Amino acid sequence: MAGVTAALFKTPGWWRALAYTIIAGAFGFALVVALRKVSGLPAFQTEQTGYPQVIVPAITAPLGFLVGIGCFDYWFRWAVGAPTFPVEREHENHGANSLRDYFKVNTDHKVIGIQYLVTTFFFFFVGGLIAMIMRAELAQPGTQIVDPSTFNSLFSTHAAIMIFVFVIPAFAGIANYVLPLMIGAPDMAFPRLNALSFWMLPVAGLLFVGSFLAPGGAFDAGWTGYAPLSTGAPLGQSFFNLGVQFAGASSIATALNFLVTIVTMRAPGMNFWRLPLLVWANLSTSLLVVAATPFIAGVQFMVLFDRILHTNFFQAAFGGDVISYQHIFWFYSHPAVYIMMLPGFGIVSEVISTHSRKPIFGYRLMALALIGIVVLSYSVWAHHMFVAGMFSWLRVPMMITTLLIAVPTGIKIFSWLGTLFEGVIHLRSTAMLFALGFIATFTIGGISGVMLGMIPLDIHVSDTYFVVAHIHFVLFGGSVFTIFAGIYHWFPKMTGRMYDEKLGRFHFWGTLLGTWGTFIPMHWVGMDGMPRRVADYAAQFGDWNLLISVFAFMLGAAQLVFLYNMVVSWRFGPKAAANPWRANSIEWQVSSPPPIFNFDEIPRVVGGPYEFGVPGAKHAIMAGEGREAKEPEPAVAGTTT
Amino acid sequence: MRGLPLPKLIAAILVLTVVTSVIMLIPNWDGEQASTAASKIDTLLDVMIVLSSFVFSIVMVMMIYSIWKWRAKPGDESDGAPIHGNTKLEIAWTVIPTVIVLFGAVYSWITLSNIEAHDRDRMVVDVYSQQYEWHFNYPETGTTSRELHVPVDRQIEFRMHALDVLHSFWVPEWRIKKDNVPGITTRAYVTPNKTGDFTLVCTELCGIGHATMRAPVVVEGSQATWQEWAAKQPPIKEGEVPGETTPKVIRQ
Repeated sequence: MAGVTAALFKTPGWWRALAYTIIAGAFGFALVVALRKVSGLPAFQTEQTGYPQVIVPAITAPLGFLVGIGCFDYWFRWAVGAPTFPVEREHENHGANSLRDYFKVNTDHKVIGIQYLVTTFFFFFVGGLIAMIMRAELAQPGTQIVDPSTFNSLFSTHAAIMIFVFVIPAFAGIANYVLPLMIGAPDMAFPRLNALSFWMLPVAGLLFVGSFLAPGGAFDAGWTGYAPLSTGAPLGQSFFNLGVQFAGASSIATALNFLVTIVTMRAPGMNFWRLPLLVWANLSTSLLVVAATPFIAGVQFMVLFDRILHTNFFQAAFGGDVISYQHIFWFYSHPAVYIMMLPGFGIVSEVISTHSRKPIFGYRLMALALIGIVVLSYSVWAHHMFVAGMFSWLRVPMMITTLLIAVPTGIKIFSWLGTLFEGVIHLRSTAMLFALGFIATFTIGGISGVMLGMIPLDIHVSDTYFVVAHIHFVLFGGSVFTIFAGIYHWFPKMTGRMYDEKLGRFHFWGTLLGTWGTFIPMHWVGMDGMPRRVADYAAQFGDWNLLISVFAFMLGAAQLVFLYNMVVSWRFGPKAAANPWRANSIEWQVSSPPPIFNFDEIPRVVGGPYEFGVPGAKHAIMAGEGREAKEPEPAVAGTTT
Repeated sequence: MRGLPLPKLIAAILVLTVVTSVIMLIPNWDGEQASTAASKIDTLLDVMIVLSSFVFSIVMVMMIYSIWKWRAKPGDESDGAPIHGNTKLEIAWTVIPTVIVLFGAVYSWITLSNIEAHDRDRMVVDVYSQQYEWHFNYPETGTTSRELHVPVDRQIEFRMHALDVLHSFWVPEWRIKKDNVPGITTRAYVTPNKTGDFTLVCTELCGIGHATMRAPVVVEGSQATWQEWAAKQPPIKEGEVPGETTPKVIRQ
C-alpha cells in the first residue's frame, strides 16, 4: 500500500501523471459545478461557445499532468526551502540509458532533442493522414467522403498540428540536440525549463487532436481562427485556443533557453563571428519567438474570453472590432513563418558547406541577412489583410516592406550557390539532396510570395488555391525539406547509426516530385477562380484536382519510406563514425552519439566553423589535442578577440 | 570569376527564361477578363512571370551547372577552393534584387491607384452577406434582389455589409475581391466591361456552407436594359436589412 501511495504521489512518472491529471481535472470540474450551484445556475452549461465544465478541466488537467510527470519537482522543493536533491542524485534525470528513460522528464538536451523529434514526427504523420483524407475528398467535385463540417475541421486541424506541433517544435528539437554541442556547451542554460518546454508539446497536440471528441466536432474556423466565426464556433474551438497556449508557452520557454545558452555558454574563443550559421539562425528565430508569440497567446485568450466570459473584443454589435483580431493574429503569425524558416536556413548552410567542402560564401552577410529578416518581419504582417477592409493606406507601406524582405532571403540563396562554386560536391548524402531540392523549391515559394505581396495581384488571388500553393511551397518545400535535411545530416550523430542512403534517395525523389506535382497546379486553379477551404468546388476544376490528389498520395507514400528507413536504421543500421561527413563544427568532434555530458573538457575555439580547404585551419581544439596546437590559427571568417 | 564560361551560362539563363516565360504566358491563368481592372492586373502578372522566370532561371542554371561541373569524382576526399566571399558580388546581389522589388512595388502601386480610381457617375450597390447567401440593394431604383445585375461599362461602387461573420466578395472575371466585415462598411470599385453571366464566390471561410455560398452575376448590355430589369425587382423595405429573417447576432 505504501508502495502504491509512493508511486501515485511521490515518485514522478506516468502513474503519478495519470493520478494528478485525474485529480486536477476533477478539481476543475467540481469547481465549476460548485460555483454555478452557489450562484443558483444549472450545474452544466451547454451553449456551444460555453461548456465551462469542460474548459476549466481542460486547463487544470494538463497542469496536473505536467506536475505529475515531474516537471516541477525540483522547483517546488527549492521554492519551499526543502532539500532539493543530494549531489549524487543531482544528475539522476540526466541522460538516457534505456528506452524507458525517453519517457521520463529528462534534463539532457540530447534526450530532449530526441523526445521533441519523435513527438513532432508522430504529429507530422497525424497531420499528413488528415491531408490525405482531404485530398481524397477533393479528388472530385461534390462531397463524397466527408461532410462540409468535417472538412472544415480537417483543414483546420491539419494546419494547426503541422504548424504548432510539427514544424516549429521539430526545429526546436534539432537545435536542442545539436546547438549546445556546436557551441561547446555541456547542456542548455536551463535544463529543467527545457524539459518543461518539451512536455507541454504533447499536451498541445492532444488538445488539438482531442477536439475531434468535442460535441460539434473539432475546431473548424481554420488555423487562423478568424473572429467572429471562431467566437461563435462549437466547443472544439476552445481546445484550439488552449492548445495554442501550451504550444506557445513551450516555444517561448525554449527560445529564452536558446538565447541565454547562445549568449552565455559559448566555449572560450567562440565569438559571434565564429558561430556556425545554425546557431545564428536559432538566435534570430528565438528573438522572433520571444517577442511575437505572446501576441497569438493573447489573441487566443481574447477569443476564449469572448466565447466563455462574454467579453466583446470582437463582437461588432457590442462595440468590438472584428479586424483587430487579424492585426494581432498576424503580428505573430507573419513572424511565425520566419520562425518556421530561419532554423531551416541554418541547417541548409551547415549541410551545403559540409557536402561541397567549401567555406560558406559571404558568412557575415549571411548572418546579417538573418538579422535583417528578423527586423523586417515585424513590419509586414498586414500583407495578409490587403482585402480585409483595413485602413487602405496601410497597404502600400506593408507591400514595400514585404517585397524588401525578399532581398535578405535572396542573399541567402545566392550565397548558397556561391558556396557550391568550385566546391567538391558530394551528393552521396540524402541531407545534401534535400538541401539542394530546398533551394529550387523555396525559390518558387519565394517568387510566389513576392507576387502575393503585390496588392493588385493579391486582390485577385487572396484566399484562393494560389495561397495554398504558396504556403506549401514555403512550408513544405522550405521548412519540411530543411527538417528532412537536418534529420538525415545529424541522424548518425543522434543515433550512432547510419541510415540507408538508397531509401533516402527514394524518399527524396518521391518527396520532390510529389511536392511539385501537388502544389504547382494549385497555383493555376487558384488564379482561375477556385477559393481555398472548400469541400466542394466548381466542376471546371475537377481534372486538375484529380491530378493534385494523385501527386499528394505519392507524396504521402514517400513519407512512409522515410518512416521505415528511420525506424529500421535506428535499430539495425551500421554503426556511425564520429564524423562521417568530415565536418568541422564541434558536434562532429565528439563520439556518435555524444558522451552524456558532451565534453570531458570544454573545447577551445580558434577559428571559423567552415574553413574547408584552408591549409592548417582549425575550428576547435578538443580535449587532449591542445598541446601541439597552442598557436591560434588566423581566423579567416572572423577576427580573434 | 575564373573558370566560369559566362557567355554559355548567360545564354542558358536567357533560354530557360524565355522557355519558362512562354510556357507560363500562353495559357491565360487568370481566366476571362470582364472588368477594366482585369487587363491591368493580368499585365502586372505577365511582367512578374517574366521577371520571376529570369530569377528562377539564374538559380536553377547556376545550381545545376555547379553540381555538374564540381561534383566530386569517386574517391575524391579533397576540399574545395577556400573562397570566403566576394564583396563586389555580394553588394551586387543585394542591390540588384532591391532595385527589382522596388520596381515591382512602384508598378503595383501605380496599378493599384488605376484600378481603384473612382468615377464620378458611378452607381452604388449595397451588398449584404450572411451565412450562406447574398442580397443586393439598388438605391438607384430602390429595389432589391438575390441575383447581382449591373450595367456594362459603368463603374459600380459596392458597399459591403456582413450580417454575421466575415465573408468575401469575389468575381474572378473581375479580379476584384473584398472582405465583408461585421460592424463596418467596406467598399470595392468595379467597372464591368463585358456582358454575360458570371458567379460571385465567397472566399472567406464562413462556416459549413462556405463552399457553396455563391450568387449569379449578370452584366446587362446597357444602362437601359439594367434599368428595365431592376425596376421589376421587389422594393427595398424601409429600415429593414434584406434577408435578415432571424436576429444575426451570433449570441448575446
